[in-house]
Amino acid sequence: MKNYIYKLGLLLAAVFTLSTTNVALANEEAAAEVVTLEAPEHASEQAPSGGKYKPTSMILHHVGDANHFTLLHGINIPLPCIMYNITTGTLATFMSSNHEAMEAAGYHMHHDRVKPIEEGQKVIDFSITRNVVGLLIAATLLLVIFFTIKNAYVTRKGQAPKGLQSLLEPIIIFVRDDVAKQSLGDRADYYMPYLMTVFFFIWMNNMLGLIPILGSNVTGNIAVTLVLALITGFIINIKANKAYWKHILLPEPLFLAPILIPIELLSIITKPVTLMVRLFANILAGHIIVLSLISLIFIFGKAAGDAMESQSMGGVAAGAAVAIPFTIFISVIELLVAFVQAFIFTMLSAVFIGMATEEHHAHPAHEAKGHH
Amino acid sequence: MFTLLSEGGAISLIIPEAGLALWSLIIFVILWIILGKFAFKPITAALKEREDSITTALKSAEAAKNEMASLTAKNESLLNEAKEERNKIILEAKNAAEKVRTDIIAKAEAEASVKVQAALREIDNQKKAAIAEIRNQVGAVALDIAEKVIRKELKGNAEQQAFVNEMVKTTNLN
Repeated sequence: MKNYIYKLGLLLAAVFTLSTTNVALANEEAAAEVVTLEAPEHASEQAPSGGKYKPTSMILHHVGDANHFTLLHGINIPLPCIMYNITTGTLATFMSSNHEAMEAAGYHMHHDRVKPIEEGQKVIDFSITRNVVGLLIAATLLLVIFFTIKNAYVTRKGQAPKGLQSLLEPIIIFVRDDVAKQSLGDRADYYMPYLMTVFFFIWMNNMLGLIPILGSNVTGNIAVTLVLALITGFIINIKANKAYWKHILLPEPLFLAPILIPIELLSIITKPVTLMVRLFANILAGHIIVLSLISLIFIFGKAAGDAMESQSMGGVAAGAAVAIPFTIFISVIELLVAFVQAFIFTMLSAVFIGMATEEHHAHPAHEAKGHH
Repeated sequence: MFTLLSEGGAISLIIPEAGLALWSLIIFVILWIILGKFAFKPITAALKEREDSITTALKSAEAAKNEMASLTAKNESLLNEAKEERNKIILEAKNAAEKVRTDIIAKAEAEASVKVQAALREIDNQKKAAIAEIRNQVGAVALDIAEKVIRKELKGNAEQQAFVNEMVKTTNLN
């Protein structure tokens, strides 16, 4: 056990090192950005008040999705764009770097997103965006990791775990014993593939989001958490037994049914909604805090520079002195949050499924209220 | 406030995009199917199998330990029994030997006393025989002497006396 803890520690240390590099790189990135923000061709678009540093715009740009993969400011990896225009009913595909094709199809780049040039047109963006690339990277890593481990389990049957296998085994056992079996009992084995996939999918995306440049804000995007929450919601309601539906449609004191039925029906929606918002808000908040702290460097630099009517390295240094320790501190907390949020999502999914499929005549909804 | 509500603003953060939702659904479901079927199932099965085998091994080890303990106890009691048996045998042997010894001594003493009695009787018999022999001889000698004395009496007293003395001298009475 001690050995596992040691290995986990090593892993966390490695990620921590990455996140600190993250800070340095993000600083660089932000610095590059500030320079461009002041450049005249962008001034009208991103900084209308002329040279004034706008942290909101920078942060939104970083936590949002994008149609190209930005390594450093101005260095973009082009991504394929698939745009479906509802208004005209046309589908257009082009690379994000191919501006001629983009404009020919009636689109242009606006805040890193491909938008229709004509106002008022409804468009659905099916592009391989930065977040889709993030999802694909996470999925690839998960496939590589778990097939490696599976092979280790198959070839070294009955033997003690080794290497990557021994690093992840305590977590697998944790998900099985403390998450699945706690809430699902005998039915745990049936739901294990889903719970394990959800747990490692969220954790991997949370962790990758902490890595600068490569990381994208996947689990801090409401579309991703919406999908995950909806899948849990579907499982709850599809696998639910008679007792669950009876509890919703025929509540115990029948005269209260007019009040209780709408409340219970609402709980069908609130369960996935809470799952969606909790994960999305926690991860997004972490990203925003880190970016806000980094913005301090430029705010300080700008403020001091304005006072002296020139660039101020002193202001930048003061900002960095405040921002860097805080960013490191928050990044370390984010490592914990990455795990905790994956755990909470999986745990609550297991609890909700467990309550809906429970084989007894008690009042599962009373317990459910306690978990919200 | 304007930036928050504008199209590129913060409000866009809480509006799920259909495209990303679709991609994440596709990616997640594929991952779920592949990992669930080909990775997590074998992993959990292998884990369960290993845990079961560990449990069985522990149980059988415990059983073997108990077996060993009972065997040791059995051996101990066997050893004690054997010790008791040995002591008993030794004691019996000692008693038997003692008995044999006393018997032999008694027998020997009895035999010896029989022999002594016989010897004493023999001695007595011999003595009686010897005494009888002596009596006979003394009688014969006395008769002889008496005969010689009677024969010599005729010759004189002094001479007779000397003769008797000489006869007595020569006669060995053994």
